[in-house]
Amino acid sequence: MLAWTIYVSFAGALALLVWPRRWAGAAAWGALGFAVAGAVCGAVGGRAYQPGDEVLTLVRVPWVPALGLEYHLAVDGLNLPLVWLTGLAAVAGILFSWNVREAPRAFFALYLALIGGVYGVFLSFDLFLLFFFYEVAIIPKYFLIARWGSTRREYGAMKLALYSFGGSALVFLGVLVLYGHGEAAGAEAPLDLAALARNPLPPDLQRWVFPLIFVGFGVLAGLWPLHTWAPTGHVAAPTAASMLLAGVVMKLGAYGALRAGVALAPAGVAAWQGVFLALAVTGIVYGGLVALVQRDFKFVIGYSSVSHMGFVLLGLVTLNPLGLGGAVLQMVSHGLIAGLLFAVVGRMVYDRAHTRELDELAGLRLARRLPFAAVTFTLAGMASMGLPGFSGFVAELSVLVGAWEARPVAAVVTGVGFVIGAAYIWRALQKAFAEEPEPGAGGDGAAPAPLEPITLPERVGAGLLLAATVGLGLFPGVLMDYILPSVRGLLATGQAGGLP
Amino acid sequence: MSTAQFVAWLKLAGPEVWITAAALAVLLVDLTAMRGAPARARRGIAVLVSLVGCCGASLYLVQVPVQAVAAGGLFAVDPLTQLVKLGLVGLTALTAALSFEADHTEHVGEHLALLLLATVGLMIMTSAADLVMVFLGLELAGLSLYPLVALNKASPRATEAALKYFFIGATAAAFTLMGFSFLYGLTGTTNLAGIAAALHGRAPDPLLALALGLSLVGFGFKAAAVPFHLWAPDAYQGAPTPVAALIASGSKLAGFFLLGRFVVMAMPEASHTAAPAGGPDWTRVVAALALASMVVGNLAALAQRDFRRLLAYSAVAHAGYLLLAVLALGGAADRTAALAALVYYAFTYALAGLGAFAAAAHLERRHGDSGLDGLIGLGQRAPWLAGGLAVFLLSLAGLPPLAGFPAKFYVFAAALEAGAGARLPFWLVTTALALSPVGFYYYLRVLKQVYVATADGAATPATGAETSREPAAGGKLSLDTPDRAVSPVETGVALLAAAGVLALGVFPEWLLGPLQAAIRQAGW
Repeated sequence: MLAWTIYVSFAGALALLVWPRRWAGAAAWGALGFAVAGAVCGAVGGRAYQPGDEVLTLVRVPWVPALGLEYHLAVDGLNLPLVWLTGLAAVAGILFSWNVREAPRAFFALYLALIGGVYGVFLSFDLFLLFFFYEVAIIPKYFLIARWGSTRREYGAMKLALYSFGGSALVFLGVLVLYGHGEAAGAEAPLDLAALARNPLPPDLQRWVFPLIFVGFGVLAGLWPLHTWAPTGHVAAPTAASMLLAGVVMKLGAYGALRAGVALAPAGVAAWQGVFLALAVTGIVYGGLVALVQRDFKFVIGYSSVSHMGFVLLGLVTLNPLGLGGAVLQMVSHGLIAGLLFAVVGRMVYDRAHTRELDELAGLRLARRLPFAAVTFTLAGMASMGLPGFSGFVAELSVLVGAWEARPVAAVVTGVGFVIGAAYIWRALQKAFAEEPEPGAGGDGAAPAPLEPITLPERVGAGLLLAATVGLGLFPGVLMDYILPSVRGLLATGQAGGLP
Repeated sequence: MSTAQFVAWLKLAGPEVWITAAALAVLLVDLTAMRGAPARARRGIAVLVSLVGCCGASLYLVQVPVQAVAAGGLFAVDPLTQLVKLGLVGLTALTAALSFEADHTEHVGEHLALLLLATVGLMIMTSAADLVMVFLGLELAGLSLYPLVALNKASPRATEAALKYFFIGATAAAFTLMGFSFLYGLTGTTNLAGIAAALHGRAPDPLLALALGLSLVGFGFKAAAVPFHLWAPDAYQGAPTPVAALIASGSKLAGFFLLGRFVVMAMPEASHTAAPAGGPDWTRVVAALALASMVVGNLAALAQRDFRRLLAYSAVAHAGYLLLAVLALGGAADRTAALAALVYYAFTYALAGLGAFAAAAHLERRHGDSGLDGLIGLGQRAPWLAGGLAVFLLSLAGLPPLAGFPAKFYVFAAALEAGAGARLPFWLVTTALALSPVGFYYYLRVLKQVYVATADGAATPATGAETSREPAAGGKLSLDTPDRAVSPVETGVALLAAAGVLALGVFPEWLLGPLQAAIRQAGW
């Protein structure tokens, strides 16, 4: 059932490619149908897996016997929450793309192809298959941004594509080394993730394979200083694509770094812990500081993503259950919150006000004219700051505690990042929504033209994401019960394989 | 020689006989029955006859299992050569179909006959088990291709391309012949297996290095490896499209297969015994060629403004990747994997390259040249052809779910495995991977023209006029309406090739399985 998330999405992409021209207006409905079907497959199929179970194999058939590659899909407590997140983000993204008028069929076809690739990465348990789906996702990203994007879209799209592909090249080398190792060990499926974890590389090999894989995947997770594609890419992308980019695509990088980096080369993590902790913390603080001085509303959110993904990367290298579990929870949490923030900025504000300059927005009295947007942004902003009651609080706190256990100094500096996170959200909130124009400035006497009211799909989409954020904030155990046993299992396997 | 023996040999060379007969039939039909008929009808019939010949040869290859060495060790036939020949015949059939739209010459019969004879040359290269046959195959293919390039008599560019191709080719052939004669002098035999036996256990000496180095020149020329690549950009750009397609596809496949065969059969001990450190001399030469090809090809392709020249430099880069597989072949303990990787990569590359030329043909007819700007709006004018082009270019870039991705993985894995001890293959693979984003960039730039640049022009007509510097006055007329310059034949060829590339990307086993089985059966 879970495997059908992938097939439904790709089938949807195909269906929209051959969607009749006459019904082009209904393409969004079609896409919504496929996305909901995928999400339902994920939700219903996920019930087969109970918290604390062993890895549950969904499909395992030989794929390329000549090379020992398998088509192997499986689920455990680490990828199941991410599958659920993908379902939710996919549906919400379509609800916020209801107004796509230019070539909607191609737009939604690429969108669903991207979703299919994302499901594929999360569910793959053969490293080659994971890498296969990971690269499948590159092309839809490029065209979604280059064709339907806004500010400097061709530049942003090309930068994103080249950074992803460059990261893939590093990962490719790591995969080749792991393949050689698995084959030399005489394994039938040299790239089976479970087998590779049980039979790890020799520690000295791990020490130099780990940075390849972690940096290679980390590029897509916004690892500082290779994060620069993220703000430009997010800003250039159309709303739905930036929601997906920040919401799930950046998680592909983090997930890859966890599955292929941390899980397969724990001795490498231990050796490089200081370096990557420093990079992650730098990303948190740097991303926040840069967000603080942006004039473009969307750039604020774009840099905030770099900052929040820093928490994920920080958690990944702590090598303790709380840090790793927090990292996975933060992936889900940030997926929801970033999706929401980009929806407000890209769809609710920019598509109506036609500007994202914070100084110009300040004169538009958006709080009165778009109260729904203002409320949504306030709530999403509170979640983003990490206030209790929202998912961000639990996730980032867990990572922080994990970091304290690993290196107290990292936790202290990260604390500063928290404060900065509150500051840039306050600043954006105040400028975009709360500021009153100076009286008499620019002959403001005439009432401004009415803005298009917030539509029903937008309300539904925002409601879904908000409900999920609050629900996860109040009951983090719902996911943590899944995540923590799997994380402990992963660490136990790592210790058996030579982790200090 | 008795009649029975002759018939037995003929049976072994059945596919070649079919193609040769088709070449003669094309000439005959065009000269007699179709004389004075309209050019389009002449091309149609000639293409049809060629396709019949290709079908016959394919059926023969599939249906008649043979494995023997004929003609006193000159000509070897086994399941592997038959499989490669099947690929060659298939590629030729697609090329012949592309010729249906090739209105560059009145000499329709000669064009197709030479195309088929070139294929016979490529097939002989595939089966050659003796230096004499190797040279015969190389020259038959070469001497058919030179006039094919020049057949567009009205185009000075084609003439220039043909001259360059011929001069460099002839020089390379001379070097190779020199190398072969040294090899003969050293070993006293021209038989590949005999050479291997004679070289066994022999310490490396300067004369042997010279012989092998000189021999490599001819292979390097066929492969378009740096520094023997100088003909490629001109030939790819100036040659009539079907000819360029054959040079890019069939000629590549046969050339690399021959090189692989030469390495396996004539230099079996290149592997571990005689190579204390860093491998024997010839592997270092091949490594240098691979490195130079990857770097020069990828970097030069960045600067190209012409689609065909871009394809040419990308072909040089891919020759570098393929040489990695040859290198793996030299060092591997188990050669099955390396050989399968080589053939798989060469075939999938050939398929994608051929398909890209189907798009180039459309471009050329519509705009008179193959500048990248002419591709603007192709996504709307000819959605199927554009979709095919996207498949080919992304496969060349090595992205899944297309055939280029498993091919790359397999070649790199084989290269790393072969060099478990040595550092050389590892650094070459690292270089190849480091250069892959460069390749991705220039392929994506082409696709940007196809899909994105249109949207720009439509959204803002003012800037659209600036970005498109189209020479043809009517170029902008029909952005939305389907284009009459789109040929169903070319679209069909592109779709067939794209289907192949996609299928082999999702199910690599469909080719890898039979390939590995054939290699084991062939047992060399």
